[in-house]
Amino acid sequence: MDALDIARWQFGITTVYHYFLVPISIGLSALVAILETAWVRTGKEHYLRATKFWGKLFLINVALGVATGLIQEFQFGMAWSDYSRFVGDVLGAPLAIEALLAFFLESTFLGLWIFGWDRLPKALHAATMWIVAIGTQLSAYFILAANSWMQHPVGYRYDAASGRAELTDFGAVLTNSTVLVAFPHTITAAFVTAGALMIGISAWHLARRQHLDVFGPSLKLGLWVTVVASMGVAFSGDVQGKIMTEQQPMKMAAAEALYETTQPAAFSIFTIGSLDGSRELFSIRVPRVLSFVATGSLDGEVEGINDVQAAEQARFGPGDYKPLIPITYWSFRFMIGAGLASAGLAALGLWLTRRGRLPKSRWFWRAAIWSMGLPLVANAFGWIFTEMGRQPWAVYGVLRTSAGESPDVPPPQMLTSLIVLTLLYVVLAVVEVRLLAKYAKAGPPELVAPDEGADRPLAFAY
Amino acid sequence: MDLTTGWFLVIAALWIGYFFLEGFDFGVGALLPVLGRDDTERRVLINTIGPVWDGNEVWLLAAIGGTFAAFPEWYASLLSGFYLPVLLIVVSLILRVVAFDYRGKRPSAAWRRGWDRCLMFGSVTPAFVWGVVFANLVRGVPLDSRHEFVGSVLDLLNPYALVGGLATLLLFVLHGAVFLVLKTRGRIRSRARVLAGRIGLATLATTGGFLLWTQLHRGTPVTWILAGATVAALVAALRANRYGREGWAFVLTGAAVVALITVLFTALYPAVLPSTMDSAYSLTTTNAAASPYALRIMTWVAALFTPFVMLYQAWTYWVFRRRIDVSDIPA
Repeated sequence: MDALDIARWQFGITTVYHYFLVPISIGLSALVAILETAWVRTGKEHYLRATKFWGKLFLINVALGVATGLIQEFQFGMAWSDYSRFVGDVLGAPLAIEALLAFFLESTFLGLWIFGWDRLPKALHAATMWIVAIGTQLSAYFILAANSWMQHPVGYRYDAASGRAELTDFGAVLTNSTVLVAFPHTITAAFVTAGALMIGISAWHLARRQHLDVFGPSLKLGLWVTVVASMGVAFSGDVQGKIMTEQQPMKMAAAEALYETTQPAAFSIFTIGSLDGSRELFSIRVPRVLSFVATGSLDGEVEGINDVQAAEQARFGPGDYKPLIPITYWSFRFMIGAGLASAGLAALGLWLTRRGRLPKSRWFWRAAIWSMGLPLVANAFGWIFTEMGRQPWAVYGVLRTSAGESPDVPPPQMLTSLIVLTLLYVVLAVVEVRLLAKYAKAGPPELVAPDEGADRPLAFAY
Repeated sequence: MDLTTGWFLVIAALWIGYFFLEGFDFGVGALLPVLGRDDTERRVLINTIGPVWDGNEVWLLAAIGGTFAAFPEWYASLLSGFYLPVLLIVVSLILRVVAFDYRGKRPSAAWRRGWDRCLMFGSVTPAFVWGVVFANLVRGVPLDSRHEFVGSVLDLLNPYALVGGLATLLLFVLHGAVFLVLKTRGRIRSRARVLAGRIGLATLATTGGFLLWTQLHRGTPVTWILAGATVAALVAALRANRYGREGWAFVLTGAAVVALITVLFTALYPAVLPSTMDSAYSLTTTNAAASPYALRIMTWVAALFTPFVMLYQAWTYWVFRRRIDVSDIPA
């Protein structure tokens, strides 16, 4: 492994790991806010207990999300200094704005929510969680705007004197067609993730017929959120596919392991390619579906890998412009497959639990519990697909990944950070999952009437 | 004043805000095993900063993100050049963030002791290493013509930088001790006051020594005045602490933090990362800066939103202004 490989592994590990936590926080903050608002509006105690229960799981998750988010702010400069010099004029702004607009909002109002139970009026307390939820969405928008610029650079010019990309139109960066679809796709997927978490944990208790007053409504909320948000994911994903075909034809061809340009193109369920990645050996295909996914028409022509490779060579000079085909191909399938499975199970669950029914089948509840993991898989593979599918580029058509690493960080130092961070993350994952399981199984807290008087203990303390 | 100088001031202000706020957080974390003799007492200490530490830490992210946006070259050279120290800081902060939230999630004494250690380590380490980093910024590092750091990590562990690290560590611990006098009641408060008095002289001597050394490296008349102000604020803080005026003591240790970091940025300007190989290789506010258009965008965003941030963050401090003690900690 050379320094570039180490830097790439490190970026992949820290970012995919971080992204197991982020969608849960984005989705769950809004769901907790909804539950607390329901309590403020109706005064019904089970909503308050649900708020406290899901709120606690949210906090355990958010702690690790904040912790693993720290490295994100630093690692471009640490391991990718030449990338940072090249893109900083454009991408520094969304990153700084994310900190100023989103991180301050999230952290400050989260502190108010955690400690403010007896310091703030009810409605204001619920509002602090809404503000946290808005903060997470703002954060998602700015970071996706930055990522979308790497997929489809707009609003900049290359300045030969300074040898870097320079911002010319910040509005264009924020309204990049890529971010306009990536944002709904990501946010709806985050809601699917949080919804599925709610389904799984509620199912664990409902299968045991306990805490029905809290987990009955929670299951229903989780199911509805998952089904509706899944539709959003599918719809935005469909638009995204078309935009991707237009902006990064290689990624679409690689997603399909489609070697030769085809019209109409069939969607591959299973493809095995030759070892050098230049042709197909065997495949099972559904006719015309790829044409529809890529172009919106059943007869559309879809460019194959070999033609795109030739076109990119003509445009950018000699070189290999193909990503790792097996990775793009399979990650695309795992993303879609896990997403569809999650949506299908939630739709089935919605039907089986209609009008308050509680199915007796143990298999139903088991499936519901295990379905928690599906969106996490889909999210991770979605990012692996979109980032690995853009290779060899860091910024599509502009900057190669190999030109972005820090040239003078000694490889042993890079390896040290890779090992330290990976070990730390493994330990923290074990701790976090065990804590989540402990509190998920413990169920919602019983409410105690608050003591009146000036000397009562704090309603909440670390 | 041109935009690049303006953004140098903004970045300096973000670091000053960060060290003022997270300075006392670090101090509280460092004093956890010293001032908290049992679990309940340690919980009192942690809860004095419980609602605010996370917001305080965002000042760091804003400083780093702001540097990326306004001075991309500075961001790139600083973080890749100080690779291992920055890694150490990030790992410490990760442990610290997690420790705050997870320590109370299980009743076991061993669990809590483990996270207490993480909290202390996660507070002491960055408090020291940031001092080392900033001292090296002022001293200069081997940057080549591409502005890449070509030295070894041992170059960063020079005596001047180590004294700098010790100075920030002691100053933050003192700042934290005085903060605890202000935010607690009962025996923790009196213990914190005694401790602040005890470490006061060591802090004064180390900070004074570091300032003098800085003066010899890169002194200007302005830094003389600021260095004098730092020392004067510390002396006054110690007096205020002795006479039970903890509000003043806290303002004054805060002023000392502000003045010290201002000395460092003043000594640095107009460089942002001086090269010890050739002054032509130094990064300055001009050659490290983003384009005028990007800076104008950032100026608008900062001018529009920073007041809100400061307002709601100040409001949090107001909401949680009450002193706490062991009787406030729920079982």
